[in-house]
Amino acid sequence: MAESAEVSHAPGHDDHHHEESFWSKYVFSTDHKMIAMQYMFTGMAMALIGGFFAYAFRMQLAFPGMDVPFFGTVSPADYNSLVTNHGTIMIFWVAMPVLIAAFGNYLIPLMIGCDDMVFPRINRLSYQIFLLSAIVLIASFFVPGGGFGGAWTSYPPLSAKPEYNLTPLGATLWLVAVALEFVAFLLGGINFITTAMNARAKGMKLYDIPMVIWMIVVASILFMASVGPLIAGAVMLFMDQNVGTAFFDPDKGGDPVLWQHLFWFFGHPEVYVVLLPALGIVAEIITTFSRKKLFAYRTVLYTVFGTGILSFTVWAHHQFIAGVDPRMAHVFTVTTLLISVPIAEMCFVYIATLYGGSITLNTPMLWALAFIGEFLIGGVTGIFLGASGADIYLHDTYFVLAHFHYTFYPIAIIGTYAGFTYWFPKMFGKMMDDRLGRIHFWLTIIPFNLIFIPLFFLGAAGQHRRIYNYEHFPDLQGPLMLGFTYQDFREIATYSLLVMLGAQVIFFYNVIKSWISGEAAGNNPWKANSLEWVATSPPPHGNFSEELEVFRGPYEYSHPDRDEDYWPQNEPA
Amino acid sequence: MAFRPIANTRSASGIPTAKLATWWVVGSEIVIFGGLLASYIMHRLAHDAWSEQAAHTNVYIGLFNTFVLLSSSLSAVLAHKAAEEGNGAKAAKLLYYTMGGALIFVLVKSAEWTMEITHGFTITSSTFWSFYYTAAGLHAVHVIAGAIIMGIVAADAKKNQELHRVELIGIYWHFVDIVWIFLFPLLYIAK
Repeated sequence: MAESAEVSHAPGHDDHHHEESFWSKYVFSTDHKMIAMQYMFTGMAMALIGGFFAYAFRMQLAFPGMDVPFFGTVSPADYNSLVTNHGTIMIFWVAMPVLIAAFGNYLIPLMIGCDDMVFPRINRLSYQIFLLSAIVLIASFFVPGGGFGGAWTSYPPLSAKPEYNLTPLGATLWLVAVALEFVAFLLGGINFITTAMNARAKGMKLYDIPMVIWMIVVASILFMASVGPLIAGAVMLFMDQNVGTAFFDPDKGGDPVLWQHLFWFFGHPEVYVVLLPALGIVAEIITTFSRKKLFAYRTVLYTVFGTGILSFTVWAHHQFIAGVDPRMAHVFTVTTLLISVPIAEMCFVYIATLYGGSITLNTPMLWALAFIGEFLIGGVTGIFLGASGADIYLHDTYFVLAHFHYTFYPIAIIGTYAGFTYWFPKMFGKMMDDRLGRIHFWLTIIPFNLIFIPLFFLGAAGQHRRIYNYEHFPDLQGPLMLGFTYQDFREIATYSLLVMLGAQVIFFYNVIKSWISGEAAGNNPWKANSLEWVATSPPPHGNFSEELEVFRGPYEYSHPDRDEDYWPQNEPA
Repeated sequence: MAFRPIANTRSASGIPTAKLATWWVVGSEIVIFGGLLASYIMHRLAHDAWSEQAAHTNVYIGLFNTFVLLSSSLSAVLAHKAAEEGNGAKAAKLLYYTMGGALIFVLVKSAEWTMEITHGFTITSSTFWSFYYTAAGLHAVHVIAGAIIMGIVAADAKKNQELHRVELIGIYWHFVDIVWIFLFPLLYIAK
């Protein structure tokens, strides 16, 4: 495990090793770690764009008509485009690339003990298509007519007919960008699944695979199985937009609800596609920092499979008021409430893992614990929306908006910060500043709650989504509760957003500072068991100096027969 | 050829990596066509009037193309057998037959579409015709893409290189066939 220079040559790689130019090392690399970093930083850059959009439209909601600094006056068309692309970016260009593609790329080969993905050049192609998709999306903001403003769900006829959405080019480019992004993740996902199935180190049995890898693989399978119908749907919508077909146009015999089915057949499993990697990251962190075995490994694994299967049976709960048969709505209510069972079970499993552990409360652990607590709020409020009766009232209110931000924010932001701070020593070979990390944590998590808790109350009081200026709605003015008015609540949310966005400067400062002058991390700073901690930090091209052999599962912490409280997977008994 | 990572040489599941990946590709394609055909079937069940429009499709041309495509799969199977025997030249020759089948299929389809379009049945005529051109068109794109990849595989096989790929392109070709086996009755036979 010694850190030495000789590690940089993995067997079979000598023919490949030569001085690499800047382009082949950073831009056209086939190394899974470099591709992971490309995905990670592209995702973070897109998160800044998505965050800026949120800033612009939240300023408009709190102070209607104001001249927003760095943006200008938000017109109604701008507003629609901002909310649409905020949602699109945060899900497709932040949650997906960071949680699946970046962590999947970084962790799968390292944690299963091999030198790279099985298809490194397909991996590179996947990133290049993804980058192209991001460029197409950004280009769509600047075309005549402006960016697409028909919501990230892109329901026809609004999305299909230029005379309704007024952004013919923006809508088509949006669709093309999303389709390209799907292709990128299909290529990446097949690579992930095949790598995890075939390229494991000698001795690594199915139950020895770290939970995060299982979850990324199951998420990739879910993505692959759910996205197909939407790709077909995207082709149909593209033809409706540009060729003049009428798949979704009721005037000419089409059916707009068909798009909703195709979209949500993908859209709901998509929640689990991004949730599972985040849950996996949390599992790795809480076992390491409570020095305990993951409670009920096999049960968790079967629960993941169960969740995956169930996630294909709940999609129509997004369409309770779209005119679907009420008897069908009952069925989807039942399946939706059912799927909360495995997720609740997962939360209990994590709490049981923590119970009696020797807990270290550092930055990654704080993020992991926050994930469990905050996601729980998102899950519990989902019960109200899954029940078709309650949903008829709550549908399309800010209650829905607050609910899904309480699920996606823990997934995309908290999960990413948890994983990034936990694996930072491995990625860059340096320790992060824990004190700055904790300041960043609290300055992110408190404003996050102050943004969205007011929105629950606004939503429950009847405030609808997709409204540009609430001054035009006298019912949504005046006192709301505790002496505050509706508008006060909107302003609290906006001020909290400003604090939260500002706090991200601390994170980027911490990353740069730690990268340059952080304390050297060594191979295994957290005394963790899984195989990535065997490699040097950062691991060289080819990862490991020798072929590894695995003797046990990844969670053998505090074994009673050993002096050390951890037991690396590759250490012979 | 570029380097090959150790990861690519391992086979923990017992299935060769390239074959495993090919099956996953086929799986992802199945759900794409599955979504499209399920949409079509749901529409069709709700619109009796479509059978009158479907009556304008030409079953005999469809039948001929079905025969061509199925025959081309036979030579793909024989190519796989030749490749397993290590006879790359024979495998390449058989793959060229399959590509010939693909060419006939596409030419016949072009003639058929030209005829239909000149008779006024275009992609915007009705939702049935939209599905007809979209589904068959998406399938034809797969036929063309498969034939191009097959050309690359055959060129390698001729030099006795990468013979395992003959089987993989065969798997893909059977998939393209099977999609047509679903499309033919749904678009042509059902009146």
